[in-house]
Amino acid sequence: MNRLRAWFLAPSWTVTIVLFLAPLLIVLAYSLLTRGVYGGITQPWTIESYQRLGDFLYLAILWRSFWIAGASTILCLVLGFPLALFISRSDKRKNLYLSLVILPFWTSFLVRTYAWMFLLRDTGLINTILQRLGIIHDPLPLLYNDGAVILGLVYSFLPFSVLPLYATLERLDRNLLEAAADLGAKPWATLTRVVLPLCAPGIRAGSILVFIPCLGAYLTPDLLGGGKTVMIGNLIQNQFTTARDWPFGSAVSLALMTLVMVLLLGLSRRDEEGLL
Amino acid sequence: MDASPVLELRSISKHYPGHRAVNDVSLKIQRGEFFSLLGPSGCGKTTTLRMVAGFEEPSTGEIRLNGGNIHHLKPYERNVSTVFQNYALFPHLTVQQNVEFGLRRRSENDIARRVREVLELVQLAGKESRLPSAISGGERQRVALARSLVLAPEVLLLDEPLSALDPNLRKQVRAELKDIQRRVGITFLFVTHDQEEALSMSDRLGVMSGGELQQVGTPQDVYLRPRTRFVASFLGAVNWINGSGVRPEATRISKQSPTGFVSRTATVVQTTFLGNCVHVEARCQTGETVVAEVSRLGEPFAPGDPVHVWWQPADELTFE
Repeated sequence: MNRLRAWFLAPSWTVTIVLFLAPLLIVLAYSLLTRGVYGGITQPWTIESYQRLGDFLYLAILWRSFWIAGASTILCLVLGFPLALFISRSDKRKNLYLSLVILPFWTSFLVRTYAWMFLLRDTGLINTILQRLGIIHDPLPLLYNDGAVILGLVYSFLPFSVLPLYATLERLDRNLLEAAADLGAKPWATLTRVVLPLCAPGIRAGSILVFIPCLGAYLTPDLLGGGKTVMIGNLIQNQFTTARDWPFGSAVSLALMTLVMVLLLGLSRRDEEGLL
Repeated sequence: MDASPVLELRSISKHYPGHRAVNDVSLKIQRGEFFSLLGPSGCGKTTTLRMVAGFEEPSTGEIRLNGGNIHHLKPYERNVSTVFQNYALFPHLTVQQNVEFGLRRRSENDIARRVREVLELVQLAGKESRLPSAISGGERQRVALARSLVLAPEVLLLDEPLSALDPNLRKQVRAELKDIQRRVGITFLFVTHDQEEALSMSDRLGVMSGGELQQVGTPQDVYLRPRTRFVASFLGAVNWINGSGVRPEATRISKQSPTGFVSRTATVVQTTFLGNCVHVEARCQTGETVVAEVSRLGEPFAPGDPVHVWWQPADELTFE
C-alpha cells in the first residue's frame, strides 16, 4: 500500500524537485557569487549582493511596489465585491456571468496590455475622442504613470478577487441575511455586521491572490508605466538583462520570496485563530 | 373575543407563476395567544409566516399589526421577529453578541441587563461567550428564541423551531416553550407540520392545506369536530366506516355483542403491541378495515378471532 502510494506520488515529487527546488537552489547559489563581466557569475563566494539590498534606492522601489500592489489589491476588492455579490444573487445567469469574468484569460496577457496602451496613449482612443468632442485641448497624460500601472494591474487581477469572494458569498446562508433584517438591521448594517465578517476568508484569499502577483509584476509596469514606474519585478528583470548583475537579481528575487512567505505565514496564523 | 386582534390577515394570497402558495387566508390572532399554523409541507404555512415577517409580499390582501397595515414596512421596520427553522444564528458572533444584535440595531438602552434577563429566562446563563458552533442543538434553539424575545416583538414567528431537534428533546422543549410563552405573554405564531406539537402547545390552531385555511379552532375543536376529512385525518388516525369517521381510541372492540351502540361484526386481522396500548386491526363483514386502540390490560385478541366493533354515536366525526 505504502509502496503504491510512493509510486503515485513519484511524478509530482520529481516535478517539484527538478523544476522548482533545483532552480531555487541555483538562484540561491547565484545570489552568493560575484557578477561576471558580461553577465553570468564567477567566483568568489560573497554576500555583497545581500548587503546592497539595504540601499535607499532599492528600499524606495520596494516601498513603491508595496503601495502599488496594495492599492491594486484594495481596488480589486472594492470593485470585485459588488460584482461577486451580484453574481451570487443572479440565479439563472450565474454561469454566464462567471464565464464573462474569466473570459479575458482566453487572450494573451500581453495583447490585453497593449490594448490598454492603445486606449490610453496621447493619440489613443480616449484622448482622440475627448479632443474631437472638444472637451479637452491637450491630450490627458493617461499612460506612463502610477495610475496607468494600477489600472492595468486591477484589470488583470480583478478575476482573482471576484472568484474567491463569489465562492464565500455563494455559500452564505441566506437565512442569516433574513435574520439580520428580521432583528432590525438595515441593509448597510447587514452588510457590515454579517456579510463582510462572514466573507473574511474570501477577502483574505482574494487579497493574497491579487497582492502577490501584483508585487512581482513586471510586464504591466514596464509597458503601462513606460519604465518610469519601476517595481521589484522590473528591478529583477533589469539585473538579468541590461544591468548584467545576476547575483544581485537573484538576491532580490529571494528577498522578495522570503518577504511574501513571511506575510503568508502571518496571514495563515490569523486564519487558524479565526473562525473558518 | 374579537376585540382588537394583535395580528390580522385579511384574505391574503401569494401567487407564484403557475402556483398558488397561499389562497385567500383570513385570520385574527389575539394578544398573548399561542396560535399554530398546522399543515403538510407545501401547504402554504411557511409562506404565510414569511409574509407576516416581511420576507415575502402578499399578491393580494392585507396584513394588519395592531390595527395598522404593515404592507409597506420592510422586515427591519416590523415589530415582529422570527425564530428560523435552522435558527440562523450568526456563526461569527458569540451567544451574547447574537442576543444583543437586535437591541444594538435599534440602539436601545439597558442592553446588558436585558440580555442577562433573557438568557436567564431560557437558561443559558454562563454560555454568553460561546460561539454557536460550541453549543448543543437545544441550546442553539434557545439562543434563537432569546435573540427574538429580547426585542419584545408584538408577535413572535416560529418556523418549525423544533424540527431540527432530536425526538427525545422535542417533547421536553415543547413544554419549556409553552412555559416561556406564558411567562413573557408574547403572542406566538407557530408553524409546524407535527399535529402533536400543534395540539399540545396551542391555544388555537389553524389547519392549512393546498394554500387554504381549512379550519381554525381550539385543539379540542379541530380534533373532535374536524370540518373536513382532510383535517380529521391530518390531526390523527381515523377509521372510515360508511362515510363517517371514528378515531381509533373511540373505537371499541369486544368478543361479546354490545347493546345500544353502533356496531359491526368483524374478524381480527392482526394486533400490534405499542407498549402503552395495543392496536387491534379488524376487518368488518361490510369490508372496511378498522383499528381499535385498546388497553393492554383488557381482553386479549388474536388474529382470526370473531369480534364486534362498536362506538358511541357521539364519537362519530361528521362533515359538512
